[in-house]
Amino acid sequence: MSEAECVECGAELSLHDDLEAGEIIDCGTCGAELEVIDTAPPVLDRAPELEEDWGE
Amino acid sequence: MSEDTPIDSETLSAAVVGGSGFTGGELLRLLAGHPNFEIAQATSRSYDNKTVGSVHPNLRGLDLRFSSPEDLDSVDVLFAATPHGVSMGKIDEFFEHADTVVDLSADFRLNTEAQYEEYYDGHSAPKYLDRSVYALPELTREALPGADLIASGGCNATATILGLKPLFDADILGGSEDIVVDVKVGSSEGGAGGGPASSHPERSGIVRPYAPIGHRHEAEIEQFLGLSVSFTVHAVDMIRGASATCHVFPDGPVSKGDLWKAYRGSYEDEPFMRLVAGGGGVYRYPEPKAVAGTNYGEVGFELDPSNKRIVVFSAIDNMMKGSAGQAIHGANVALGLEETAGLDFIGLHPVGAP
Repeated sequence: MSEAECVECGAELSLHDDLEAGEIIDCGTCGAELEVIDTAPPVLDRAPELEEDWGE
Repeated sequence: MSEDTPIDSETLSAAVVGGSGFTGGELLRLLAGHPNFEIAQATSRSYDNKTVGSVHPNLRGLDLRFSSPEDLDSVDVLFAATPHGVSMGKIDEFFEHADTVVDLSADFRLNTEAQYEEYYDGHSAPKYLDRSVYALPELTREALPGADLIASGGCNATATILGLKPLFDADILGGSEDIVVDVKVGSSEGGAGGGPASSHPERSGIVRPYAPIGHRHEAEIEQFLGLSVSFTVHAVDMIRGASATCHVFPDGPVSKGDLWKAYRGSYEDEPFMRLVAGGGGVYRYPEPKAVAGTNYGEVGFELDPSNKRIVVFSAIDNMMKGSAGQAIHGANVALGLEETAGLDFIGLHPVGAP
């Protein structure tokens, strides 16, 4: 199991072993959805958000 | 009793004075499940000799009847869940019967007699104000161990202080900023007595600004954060819950990273604080119903660069983190018990209006 830093809140994230590029994971601290850009070493970025009409 | 409880051989006797009210019932519920307490007495003037279960149906399993507040037993810890103004008149008597007093009213929250003159109706036992310690461990953990007079905080003040505190801890705010606080609260804040405004036909469905300005809890917020806030409270159609939205206008630029660092720094190691700020899922910000019945507080934030504003959200159960849960939490720390003892309920999902 490897670790990476959440790009949203900075918390340490434990990554599972069979991580795949393109996979979306969520941070246990802030809940941000993160896209796995690369696996060796792991690189994460904020996942594109689905737009929702929260103001409706 | 769990094996990892630090003083697992110790059982403390507890009395709840004012046990028939809502927070009195919550205290009894928490004490009944607490590994280090046994309930010796619950008093109620109105329900003397009636079973506790006749008033609090969730406590029907308790073999306990209310007794008169004139006949206090001697106990290790006395919890007072009486209306504001009662405890200050009885505090000498309480200490004749208990080593530690935990008061849920406002009577010992503020530091000075002058504050009581300004915000309440004065104080009849001001010599105790130096002795009391505010019960919220996220704020007073260092001062609580050994304290024998513990003052559980106001629910609206607790929600607000928990939301804003990290910004002061991290020096994002210094005390001269403008802060507007809007709190929405449930009907249980009004107590079991109620009144015309609390009857179901009147209160159902409302969004009523019940304290548009000048709420007494401003005193606690100012005492602990060091600045006055513009504070408005709405009564909304919930039973449990207090949700504070704080509009904060910092003097300089702040990044999302600064905010996460501040909130993680203040609360990452706190057993009862949950950070909820954006992310995925349905519940992206603090939500009262996610903490209903628990001692948890949720806090979160959003950055509004175009208006140079930080919006801070916090949610608590007003009777738990905002009263009885905070009282037990503070007492646990003061008495050297396991900090989380008796407070392990983590809430329900899904759940209806709490």
